[in-house]
Amino acid sequence: MRKRNIQARKDADTRTLEWYTDKIVEWLIFVGGISGIIFSLGIFVFITREGLGFLTTRFEFAEFFGSINWRPTSANPTYGTLALILGTASVTGLAMVIAIPFSLGAAIYIGEFATGRVREVLKVLVELLAAIPSVVWGFIGLSLINPLIIKTFDVSIGLNVLNSGVILGLMAAPIMTTIAEDALKAVPETYREAAAALGATHWQVVSRVTIPAARKGLVAAILLGVGRGFGETMAVLMASGHSIHIPTSPLDSVRALTATIAAEMGETARGSEHYQALFTLGILLFAVTFVINMIADIFVRGSYRK
Amino acid sequence: MFEQTHLNRHNDRIQSLARLLFLVMTLLLILPVVIILGLLINRGGGVISWEFLFAYPQDGMTAGGIFPALVGTIWLVGVALLASVPVGVASAIYLSEYARDNLLTRAINLAIINLAGVPSIVHALFGFGAFVLFANVGASILAASLTLAIMTLPVVIVATRESLQAVPRAFREACWTMGATRWQTIRKVVLPNSGSGILTGVILEVSRTAGETAPIMFTGAAFFLPFLPQGVFDQTMALSLHLFNIATQVPNVPEELPYGVALVLIGIVLVMNGFSIALRMYLRGKKKW
Repeated sequence: MRKRNIQARKDADTRTLEWYTDKIVEWLIFVGGISGIIFSLGIFVFITREGLGFLTTRFEFAEFFGSINWRPTSANPTYGTLALILGTASVTGLAMVIAIPFSLGAAIYIGEFATGRVREVLKVLVELLAAIPSVVWGFIGLSLINPLIIKTFDVSIGLNVLNSGVILGLMAAPIMTTIAEDALKAVPETYREAAAALGATHWQVVSRVTIPAARKGLVAAILLGVGRGFGETMAVLMASGHSIHIPTSPLDSVRALTATIAAEMGETARGSEHYQALFTLGILLFAVTFVINMIADIFVRGSYRK
Repeated sequence: MFEQTHLNRHNDRIQSLARLLFLVMTLLLILPVVIILGLLINRGGGVISWEFLFAYPQDGMTAGGIFPALVGTIWLVGVALLASVPVGVASAIYLSEYARDNLLTRAINLAIINLAGVPSIVHALFGFGAFVLFANVGASILAASLTLAIMTLPVVIVATRESLQAVPRAFREACWTMGATRWQTIRKVVLPNSGSGILTGVILEVSRTAGETAPIMFTGAAFFLPFLPQGVFDQTMALSLHLFNIATQVPNVPEELPYGVALVLIGIVLVMNGFSIALRMYLRGKKKW
């Protein structure tokens, strides 16, 4: 009796080869789908694995964040990142002073005023500008902007906050423009039509309706620009002058967190305190960009974009 | 018919002013870069020749060509594509065809944004820790390319997802109604209708990968090698790192040499990007639905 039941169930089973292929592929695609999570976690796990020794034995909060002395190679090494953090902050800050107004202005012009061919050409240009590699930007800072700053301000060296800030601003602006324009684009057309129907001029529509409605997306664009400036490595390495102290003017040379890792990693022995300290800087960079991206994501979710 | 009131004229003036202001800002954003590119071409154009492209560096990299760096960049990009395109396309298919609007999907999206936003030097540390040390591959093309692949994965995912989502839902429904499974529908209907869109993403990734410097610094790119790589376990020179080295590390480099390297690098990146944009526009013009 039982045997016959099983036989009947087997006969009723219409699962074909296609059905199994479907299941296997679905499983493979799922693995691919979560690969982003796997790799993001992987980055955190592996840099923590290498930097953990420093965090557990040598790390002191007050020294790490409060001291300006980053002297990993001296006989009595100190690991203060304050000057590096301020170096990164000053360069990113100046870059944003340049990039925020210009990228938002450009996004408003491209998204709301330009039409037809002009719009297409400007969009393509902005996209191409965003593609220039950071090492080329660094080289531009070194070879073109450096002499310009020396001549204009009569200083002995032109690799400083001003130089790297300008470069970083020019680098970040196209990306911010694209994101900001997307945010403006995402405002429903009906909003604009309703305002226009009330007799508002085009500028009134843009300034009182479109921009306020796209506010969150615009904030996200700024945040992603900040994240980009904060994490930029090659351009800052080549154009910021690489001297560890707290900047008091835009003409001071500084050193950024990212540049410190890039410059010192090659000279350290694996597993040494210095090596682990550089990975700890990596953990700090990862944590800060993660938080920035997460806040940007929350803002994007709050806007109309799906 | 209507007389313009004072208020109308005032509003019109403000509108013209605003328009002009934003136009000027847009141009101020674009013009400096155009001028810079012009200067690069002006100073580096004279260096570029067949010999420059196909000769080895000489005299401690102060003379000669860039051949090994050029070949190395092609290796790095090729291997990175082999790794990232299948994973990226699978990820995009999952997000576009399978994923529901739930917490997992949101986490995946956040992770992808995060992968794109993590500083390149942190990717370099990760590649060093994970591939060079943990997987014990050593500093090699394989380690460097895998690092690049993970870093540029979001480019493939985003472009592919967009082109998959551009395929109308009705196409899929028609296929399901015929009794096709999900995967049959994806393979026979969705992918063929979005293949060229995926290609634009892949080209874009080539452009991104070729220009990256920091991720390959400790994972497999060498300062100078007098021979070409023979396989994925060799180290290699790369164009981007070569530019960094002759611009900052090597003494007595003739002034125009790094301009030439920068120009070749920018050329590759912009041509690839332009190609991708042109393809995208062509496809948009051709689309039937």
